[in-house]
Amino acid sequence: MSSQAVTPARSGSVLTGLLIAAGVLSLVLLLGVAVFFVFSSIPEAFWNSPAGWVAVTTGQILAFVVVLLLSLAFLLYADRKIWAAMALRRGPNVVGPFGLLQSFADGLKVFLKETIIPSASNRGLFLLAPVITFTLALIGWAVIPFGPGWVVSDLNVGILYLFAVSSLGVYGIIMGGWASNSKYAFLGSLRSAAQMVSYEVSIGFVIITVILLAGTMNLSGIVENQRGWFWDWHVFGGGLAGLPLMLVMVPMAVIFFVSFLAETNRPPFDLPEAESELVAGYAVEYGSTPYLLFQIGEYANIVLMCCLYTILFFGGWHPGFPTGAENWPPILASMFGFGVFAIKTVFVFFLVSIAKAIVPRYRYDQLMRLGWKVFLPTSLVAVIAMAAYRVFGPEIA
Amino acid sequence: MASRIAQALKGAALLDFGKAFGLSLKYIAKPKATVNYPFERSPRSPRFRGEHALRRYENGEERCIACKLCEAICPSQCIIIEAEPREDGSRRTTRYDIDMTKCIYCGLCQEACPVDAIVEGPNMEFTVETREELFYDKERLLANGERWEPIIAKNLEADARYR
Repeated sequence: MSSQAVTPARSGSVLTGLLIAAGVLSLVLLLGVAVFFVFSSIPEAFWNSPAGWVAVTTGQILAFVVVLLLSLAFLLYADRKIWAAMALRRGPNVVGPFGLLQSFADGLKVFLKETIIPSASNRGLFLLAPVITFTLALIGWAVIPFGPGWVVSDLNVGILYLFAVSSLGVYGIIMGGWASNSKYAFLGSLRSAAQMVSYEVSIGFVIITVILLAGTMNLSGIVENQRGWFWDWHVFGGGLAGLPLMLVMVPMAVIFFVSFLAETNRPPFDLPEAESELVAGYAVEYGSTPYLLFQIGEYANIVLMCCLYTILFFGGWHPGFPTGAENWPPILASMFGFGVFAIKTVFVFFLVSIAKAIVPRYRYDQLMRLGWKVFLPTSLVAVIAMAAYRVFGPEIA
Repeated sequence: MASRIAQALKGAALLDFGKAFGLSLKYIAKPKATVNYPFERSPRSPRFRGEHALRRYENGEERCIACKLCEAICPSQCIIIEAEPREDGSRRTTRYDIDMTKCIYCGLCQEACPVDAIVEGPNMEFTVETREELFYDKERLLANGERWEPIIAKNLEADARYR
């Protein structure tokens, strides 16, 4: 036992990672299909009665939340695994096959801890803050279309709703930091809030350029506008006629990506929690289930932003070449669309988690400079350019 | 000025990010540097100073002759020995305690021992849940000796020619 030889490290981990990703994807797909079958077999009359509508919507939301939380657990695992692979570490590999159940083990561990409420804290607000963060992170998902017709609420101002909900997310953080009655938590929440508010401005302008390009605020409409080849995606200006708009849309896509990293407090902008420098920022005084809610809320927000990025710039459920999927049976078309959407979103998430591994953390003044002095003017100019193009430029199909 | 503009343009084009992205993709495919600890172990020197053990001769007799050299040399004074002549006239310990919370694992007890009785074995995984469990008595040390004897004997032999 004392001097065993080191077993040479295996190099098949990439293959393992791909297999895991495929497994997770198929699991999520299967769950989605099951949900779809359940809800498509409900008769129309039941749908139209008020009680039936409430029952069906509640069921939809429940099923959706379960699927979402499950996939979040695996994405969290993937995040840690990718980060580990980049640092030549192994990452979680003990709980379950390849460590797949690590998130559940961690969740259970945190959940079983004692909930500590600081004696000088504002008890009600202290417990309300994580609930607000968690709820706001979940309700944003209501308007995200996962495939043709697969959307809980097909709101005609979906993107405004999403923007409003993600802005409200600041409240959970401010409340949590204030109610803790600790100066460190309060400072953390102030920094966090300042960061989120700063980057929301440029996110707003980027979204306006997309709205101007698509001519609709409905997320399904925005995706439909990108039907066809990959040059129809908004990042390439939404069609061959609008190809010059690439000059505007590619920088906008980059700005949106960086801004949503900052907005969701992801590295390299994770100043509020900077784990190598300080403790958990606004969540210093939190433990157990409230802390878990904060964390899940944060991750739900990150993945929500990944979905939004896919929808706004990369064609949502359209694979980038004509497939004739609209002539398929609706269930097949929806499943196919959902698969494409899931792959794209997971790829964006991969970029997010790779950014954590390769980009050093920003200093606070650099963060503010980037937000206010670089992104804000650039996106403002882009909005004007896009508006001018829509008014004076050639018609875009 | 020109260099600052060039730098700004490079930053705006995300050249650094792209380069780092490619590098990180290369690193993902590399074999891991980590030793998968509880399942794999790195090699350990025969001189490794781990958990203490009291050894016996092959006929089962304790090696320790209660000379108290280890007690005398121990810099943290964590060894306590009491001795009495046994019925057959040989001098043996009646008490041999090591306070593992005090021990600094310097290995001087092993160096001082004229009969290779007290040794520091290869074991480093002896975590316990209470402090009291770390006050080792003679029984515990002898049990350690029985448990690790094969490896201890091999390690002593490997190191003997350097002593």
